[in-house]
Amino acid sequence: MIRIEARPQPSAMMAYATPVLAVLLTMVFGGVLFAALGKDPFQAIATIFWEPVFGEFSFYYRPQLLVKGAPLVLIAIGLALGFKAGIWNIGAEGQYIVGAICGAAMGLAFYPTESVFIFPLMVLAGAVGGCIWALIPGVLKVKFGTNEILVSLMLVYVAEQLLASMSLGLLKNPEGFGFPGSRNLQQYPSAHNAELIANTGMHWGVVAALIAVIFSYILLTRHRLGFAIRVTGEAPRAARFGGVNPSRLILFCLGVSGLLAGLAGMFEVAGPAGQISIDFNVGYGFTAIIVAFLGRLNPIGIVLAGLLMALTYIGGDIAQSQLGLPAAAIQVFQGMLLFFLLALDLLTNYRVRFGTPEAAT
Amino acid sequence: MDLSAINPILLIAAMIAASTPILLAAIGELVVERAGVLNLGVEGMMITGAVCGFIIAVNTGSPAVGFIAAALGGAVLSLLFAFLTQVALANQVASGLALTLFGLGLSALLGQSYVGIKPPRMGDTPLGPLADIPVIGPILFGHDIIVYLGLLIVAGTWATLKFTRAGLILRAVGENHDAAHALGYKVKRIRTLAIMFGGACAGLGGAYISLIRVPQWTEGMTAGVGWIALALVVFASWKPWRVLLGAYLFGGITQLQLNLQGAGVAIPVEYLAMSPYIVTIIVLVILSADKSRAPGSLGRTFHASQ
Repeated sequence: MIRIEARPQPSAMMAYATPVLAVLLTMVFGGVLFAALGKDPFQAIATIFWEPVFGEFSFYYRPQLLVKGAPLVLIAIGLALGFKAGIWNIGAEGQYIVGAICGAAMGLAFYPTESVFIFPLMVLAGAVGGCIWALIPGVLKVKFGTNEILVSLMLVYVAEQLLASMSLGLLKNPEGFGFPGSRNLQQYPSAHNAELIANTGMHWGVVAALIAVIFSYILLTRHRLGFAIRVTGEAPRAARFGGVNPSRLILFCLGVSGLLAGLAGMFEVAGPAGQISIDFNVGYGFTAIIVAFLGRLNPIGIVLAGLLMALTYIGGDIAQSQLGLPAAAIQVFQGMLLFFLLALDLLTNYRVRFGTPEAAT
Repeated sequence: MDLSAINPILLIAAMIAASTPILLAAIGELVVERAGVLNLGVEGMMITGAVCGFIIAVNTGSPAVGFIAAALGGAVLSLLFAFLTQVALANQVASGLALTLFGLGLSALLGQSYVGIKPPRMGDTPLGPLADIPVIGPILFGHDIIVYLGLLIVAGTWATLKFTRAGLILRAVGENHDAAHALGYKVKRIRTLAIMFGGACAGLGGAYISLIRVPQWTEGMTAGVGWIALALVVFASWKPWRVLLGAYLFGGITQLQLNLQGAGVAIPVEYLAMSPYIVTIIVLVILSADKSRAPGSLGRTFHASQ
C-alpha cells in the first residue's frame, strides 16, 4: 500500500530537484506528443533545446534568449512576490498591454521631437500604466473584498479590446495608409529601446529585469517587507498578529507586479515589437505564471526558468519552420511543464511511504 | 444608428441562447465549489470541450454525438485537475491555471486542421405548434435541445443538492471535509466525481459555442466565458437558481452589445465588446460584500492524516 505522509518541514533537496525532474518529464512526454504528431521526437527535442544555443545559427538565436527572457523574468518576479503572499495576480497580460499602450502613447505624443528625456518619460508612463491597471483589482479587493483573480483576469480582456481600439483609432499611424497599428518606434530614435551592445539582444528591458531580480532578492531575504510577504503566505493569521497590514501588502504586491509587467510591455513595444498593433501581445503575461512557479518563486530560480521558457519559445519557432511542428504544440509543452511541476511538488511537502501503516501508538 | 432594427422578441430569444454556454459552465462549477474545490480551469475545459465536440461532430456528421464527446473531453481534462489537487495535493489555484493554459494549447493543437470548416447543423427541437404561439413561442419554445438541457441540469442540480442524500453528502464535504471524513465519507472520491461533473458541463458549454453559437472553430474562441462563469458562481452565492438569473444577465449583456454593434451605435465596437467583462467586475464588487455563503472548505486541500 502506498501512503502519503506530510513532512514536518518541506524537503530542501526536493525543492531543488522537482523543477529539474519536471523539465525532464516534460521532455519525455513532449517527445511522446511530438511522435504522436508524426515528428521524430529526438530531433524535435534537440531542435527546441539544443539548436538555439549551440546550433549552426546560434549567433542569431542567442540574443533572442535575452529578448524573450527579459519580459518573462520581469513579469514573473512581480507575480512571484504576490504568489508568495497568496495574492493571485493572473492578469499580468493586461498590465503588460496597458504598460505598452501608455509607454508608446507617451513617446508618440512627442513625435517627431528628439530629446533624451522622451525615453525615460516613456518608461515612467509604462510603469505607471501597468501599476494602475493592477491596482484596480488591488483596491477593489481591499475596499470590497472582491476576488483579485477574477478581476485581474477580466481586465486582460478589457485591455485587449483597448489595444485593438488604440491600434485602430487614437494611436494609429497617420501615415500608415489605413493599416492598423501605430508608428514604428524603432524608426523614432528618441523613443527606440535599441540594443545597448549590438547583436547581444541586451536592451533596457534586460537591464530592468536584472535590477528587479536583485531588488526582489534583497527584499525577500533581507527586508522586513519580504518577511511579511513570506509569513502572510505561510500563516496569514500569524502575520496579522505579527502586525502585518494585509491591505497594504495586497496593494504593494499587486502594484509592484503591475509596474513590472507594464515596464515589460513598454520595453517590448519600444524595442523588439516596435509598434502598437492588434496582435502585439503574445501571452508573456500568462507564460510568466509558469516561469514564476518553475523558478519556485525564487528570484534566481526565476532567471533560470525565464531563460528556459525563452528557449522553448525560440526552439518552438525553429521547430515550427524546420520540422513543421505546430505552434500550439509548444503551448501544450509549456502547459505540461506546469502540470508536472505541480504534481511533483508533492515530493517536497510530503513523503511517499510504501507498506501498511504501523499501529497507532 | 437604427435601434428599430433590433427586434425585441428575437433579442430575448437570442439572449437565452447566448447565456447557455455560461449557464452550463457555471452550474458545473457550482457543484465543484459546493464540494469544496475551486477549479479555475473552467476556461480550459470549455475550450477543450468546444474543440472535441467540433471535431467529433464534423467527423460523424452528428451534433448530438459531438456534444457527448465534448462532455467526455471536458470530464477527461478535469481528471488531470482532480489528480493534481486530490492525489498530488497541489495548490488548487495554481492547478486550475495550469489546466486553463494546457487546455488552450491542447485545443489549438487539436483544432488546427478544422479552422474554417462548417459543422453540421443542430436540428430544431420538435415542439410542434408551441413554437408558433406569438411572442412566447419564439422566446420559450424556439430553441435547440441544449438550451433545455441546460435548464434541466440547473433544475436537477437544485433538486439534488436540496432534497437528496447525495446532495447532502456533497455539501457536507464542501462545508467541512474533516467532519465528513470522520463520518466515513470518501472525501476525495466525492470531490473527484464533482470535478468530473464540472468538467462535463464546461465541455458542453464550450461545444455550444463552437457548434451552435458561432458555429465554427477558432483558436481561443471561448474568450473568457469560462472566467465569467467562475464569477457567476460567486454572484449566485452558490445557489443554482441564482446561477440561472446571472447567466441570463450576462448572456443578455453579451447579446445586447452584439446587437448594438450591428445597429451601428456611435460607441466604438471595442468599447461595446469590453462591456460584459466590465459588468462582471462591477457585479463582483457589489456582491462580494457577502462572503458568508461560500462553502466552508472551499479551496482547502484535504489530506486524511492531518
